[in-house]
Order: sequence, then structure tokens, then C-alpha cells
Amino acid sequence: MFNAMNAQTTNAARRRFLVDMARTAGGVALFGLGLGLYAQRSAALPAEALRPPGALAENDFLGACIRCGLCVRDCPYGTLKLAELGEAVATGTPFFTARTVPCEMCEDIPCVVACPTGALDKNLQNIDDARMGLAVLADQENCLNFLGLRCDVCYRVCPSIDKAITLEAEHNVRSGHHSRFIPVVHSEHCTGCGKCEQSCVLPEAAIKVLPVRLAKGAPGEHYRLGWEEKRKAGGSLVEPDRPREFNLPEGVQYDYQGKGVILEQGNPPPSVPYDADPLKTLKRGVEGQR
Amino acid sequence: MSRADTNGTIGAEALHVKGWWRSHRWLWLRRASQVSILGLFLLGPVADVWWVKGNLASSLTLDTLPLTDPYVLLQGLAAGHLPATAALTGALIVTVFYLLVGGRAYCAWVCPVNSITDAAQWLRGRFGINTATRLSGKSRFWMLGLTFLLAAVTGSIVWELINPVSMLHRGLIFGFGLGWAVVLGVFLLDLLVSKRAWCGHLCPVGAFYSLLGHVSPLRVSAARRAQCNDCMDCYAVCPEPQVIRPALKGEADGRGPMILDAQCTNCGRCIDVCSRDVFQFGLRFNNSITTHVMKSVKPLAGKTEVLS
Repeated sequence: MFNAMNAQTTNAARRRFLVDMARTAGGVALFGLGLGLYAQRSAALPAEALRPPGALAENDFLGACIRCGLCVRDCPYGTLKLAELGEAVATGTPFFTARTVPCEMCEDIPCVVACPTGALDKNLQNIDDARMGLAVLADQENCLNFLGLRCDVCYRVCPSIDKAITLEAEHNVRSGHHSRFIPVVHSEHCTGCGKCEQSCVLPEAAIKVLPVRLAKGAPGEHYRLGWEEKRKAGGSLVEPDRPREFNLPEGVQYDYQGKGVILEQGNPPPSVPYDADPLKTLKRGVEGQR
Repeated sequence: MSRADTNGTIGAEALHVKGWWRSHRWLWLRRASQVSILGLFLLGPVADVWWVKGNLASSLTLDTLPLTDPYVLLQGLAAGHLPATAALTGALIVTVFYLLVGGRAYCAWVCPVNSITDAAQWLRGRFGINTATRLSGKSRFWMLGLTFLLAAVTGSIVWELINPVSMLHRGLIFGFGLGWAVVLGVFLLDLLVSKRAWCGHLCPVGAFYSLLGHVSPLRVSAARRAQCNDCMDCYAVCPEPQVIRPALKGEADGRGPMILDAQCTNCGRCIDVCSRDVFQFGLRFNNSITTHVMKSVKPLAGKTEVLS
């Protein structure tokens, strides 16, 4: 009797223990599900938010950055800030907005030096190698240079002037007798510092720094640029075109690259270019071949 | 428990017997510690004096001493990032420190949320709020496991997105955003839903630091437990009351007077509120059953009347 009761109590205790544990585990799992889904959403960095120089690729960065803000503290220009809860950037991680305060590209890169975990990669020694984003002249309808004016501000403020941004002169078709100086961004040199976007004189910047993934296309893997291959090979890689052959009346030649019909000297144009007998025309040039 | 939940009487006897300072000493030392640590971090942004930079996740003191939270660093490791030397050094220093002074000393002496949840607990007593939800004290370890699991699965330090501890500390130093709502949530949870729900049951940060407390030499000892008059004030004031009993009442079971439970936060409030001076800080090794028992003072039978 006593043993049976004892067993009953143990059973009840065991059941309570298991139920309690399942309850806790269930609650925590549910919480985890919510948190996980939230984490997934907050992993998407908005396009306006740029990471500090040397930041690892976004996925790795979120696993490496411990949200301490030491990079923010050592930024001499107050460029960086830590994302606050409610902002679209993962809470506590550092970012900057080019239009507000761009990166001034310090030569000693203090933010990278300050990072204790390596979320900002210490291998970045030269600030010119930073790739925080890529400038894109997004609005070609409103850019003053595209309209034919000499604004040039983005070009002038670019720390890598004439490398990251060049001005390419072209004919102004609208006016017919002016040039347009088109700002062209070169991804090979653009660090994404955002100086151009910040200083664009329009109320809404025509040139914007975007994450490289958004800013840049990619060529097909199998694409080859003929002219570059030709340069590398030191000569054309394809056989020259065969000279064209035209079936023309005697004494007449044809230049397809512009001159058109050429009548040989001394030969008056035949009053009838083709013989009255169509067979003769067809057979011309093949006589005696049978 | 009736006394426990009617604030104002806890420690009244100690106040009468020992005077104000000795019955509030550890509480105020603790508050001073919390405030001065926060103050050091705030000195930079507020007064432009940069002795300490960063926040509790990682900081640099006087441009030389790196300190890093080992918990957040381990989450980074679980997420697949091997941290650089500075963070490893900092985490090592912090780990060794808490291995010595008791892991959850972090909770009592450093963590900014402590003041929030203590305030909630104080208000519970003040307004007689007795709501309770059955929360297992083990929940925090499930939470701890969850934070590592999420880090490993997502490759991102997910817990830091909503961690109220860093939210509050970072918020005060770098700006809150909506972070205050999370902190308010913790406060309301503790105030209205369940007693000491956050720090005592759910917080994975505390759970992590408690793991460091298993070997720490610095512990609270019920050294003069023979003098205990069963007033229950220590149980009432203790944030983790389950840790007291084995030490205070364990003599019959052959247990020493040292509070060895790793959940003890070394807050020292039991020392304050005990009118019989049962508790004191001591070293883990001095745990023989009879060492500290003062035979001269006989334990009084039953409760002592509250003098007031």
C-alpha cells in the first residue's frame, strides 16, 4: 500500500517535472521562433545604410560585430552611429548615411583599428581599398551635368577625383553646339565614401551611393570582350572577312563601304545593263566550266 | 512569505539593531558600483572625458585595457566568427575576473537592468502585488541555449537584437530608439506578471555568468548560522532565495555555511537585512561545518518580535 502510494507520488512528480520542462521548452521555442524571424528581417540592410570601411560581407558582419560602438567613438567626424531599436538596420550595429555625414576616408582608418573583433577587417590598410558602397548616377534626368550645365560638384569633391569619377565630354544633341560633361563612376576606384552624394546640389541627390550588390551588374561568365582579347593576343583572333563578290555587268564595280557603283574608265554605261538574253547574264563567269 | 511581500518590514529589525548604514551598506555600495560604472561610460558622451569608451559588450579603458563580454563573444563564435585578439584578451580578463568574484556578481554589481528589476520588486511590495506565473528558474538556461542555437543557425548574433541588458546600457550611452520599450517590458514583467521574472528566471546573460560562479572563491557565508532567529528577512530580500537554505539550514545535513549555489549574485543584501549578523562575505574554501559557528551565542527559539 505504502509502496503503491509512493510510486504514485513519484509518478505524479515525474509527470509534473516533464510537463514543466515541456512548458518551458515550448515557451522558449516559441520565443526563439519569433526572434529568429525578426532576425531574418533585420538582416536585410537598407540601401541607404552603409557599413564602415573594412566591414565584412553583411552576413559575416552580423556574426562578428558585438555592437560595442568603439568604431563610432573613434570616428573623428561623427560619421558612424549605432542603429537603435526601431531603425531598419540591425540593432546596435554601426552604419552611416552618405547624404547626411559621409566617410571622410581617414588615412589611418581609426574605426577599423578600434574594432575589437575584426568585424571591420584589419587587413584593410589603405583606405582607397575600402568598398563601403558604389556611387551610381541614379537620376540622369535631373543631374545638372546631364542637362548640359557645368555643376561638376560630385566630381570636384571626390577624394579619388579623375579616378573614381571622371567627366566624359560628349556632344550636346539638344543644343546642337555644346558639350555635356557626363560624370562617370568607375567601380575600380570608388570606395563608396559618399562625398559625392552628400554634396550633390539637388534637393534630392542625383548621385547616390548604393550597396555594391545593388549598384553593380555582372557580365556573363563566358563573355569575352573582343577588343580586349585582341589586345591581349596582339592581333585579331578571328579570320578576316572574305572580300565580297558581286555579280555585275562587265566594266562595273561596286564598293559596299560607301562609294557605291564604280564605272571603269572609258566604259560608257551599258544602255541595258543586262543582256537581253537572261541566260547570258546567268551564265556569265561560268562559261567553259563544264 | 507574508513578511516577505509586505515591504517596509524587511530589514526593520536590522535597521533597529545595526543602524541605517550597516543595514543598507551592501545595497548602497552596489548602487554606487552600478552608477559609477555607468557613469564612467557616460563621462565620454556627456563630459567629453574619454576614460572609458564603448559599452558593456566591449570597451577600452584609458586606451589600454580592453574588456569584452565573453557571452556575446561566444555567440559570435557560435555564429562562425573567430574574433580578433583584442576581443579575446578582453573576454579573458572579464572571465577571470568573474571566476574570482562570482559570476553573477555581474548581475548585482554591474548590470544596469538590476536597478530596474529591483525597482519593480520594491513596488511589488509597496503595492502588495502578488501575481505569479509558474516560471522555472531553469528557463534561463533554455534561453541561454536558444541564444547560441540561433547564433549558430542564422550566423548572426541574434540575441543582441533585443537583449534588454545591452539595450539599456547601449541606449543610455549611444541612444535608445525604441529600446526603452524593451526595458519597460522587463520592468512591467517583473512588476505585474511574476516576481523577479527576468533576472531570476529568464535572463540568459545571468545564466551565462552563473556558469562562471561555480568555482569563484568569493562567496557569501552563513557563518554565524547558529544565531539565525528564522525571521525570514534574508529569504524575502534575496533575489535568488533558493540559494540560502542549503547554507543556512544545512548543518543537520552536514553542509557547510558557504552559499555555493552559482545563482547567488553576491549582492550582500542578506548581510544587510540580518539583525543577527548571520551572513558575511567569505572564501569558498572556509566551508567546514563548524568553523564559524559562534558557540557563545545561542540561537533563540522562535521568532524575535519586530521592534519598532
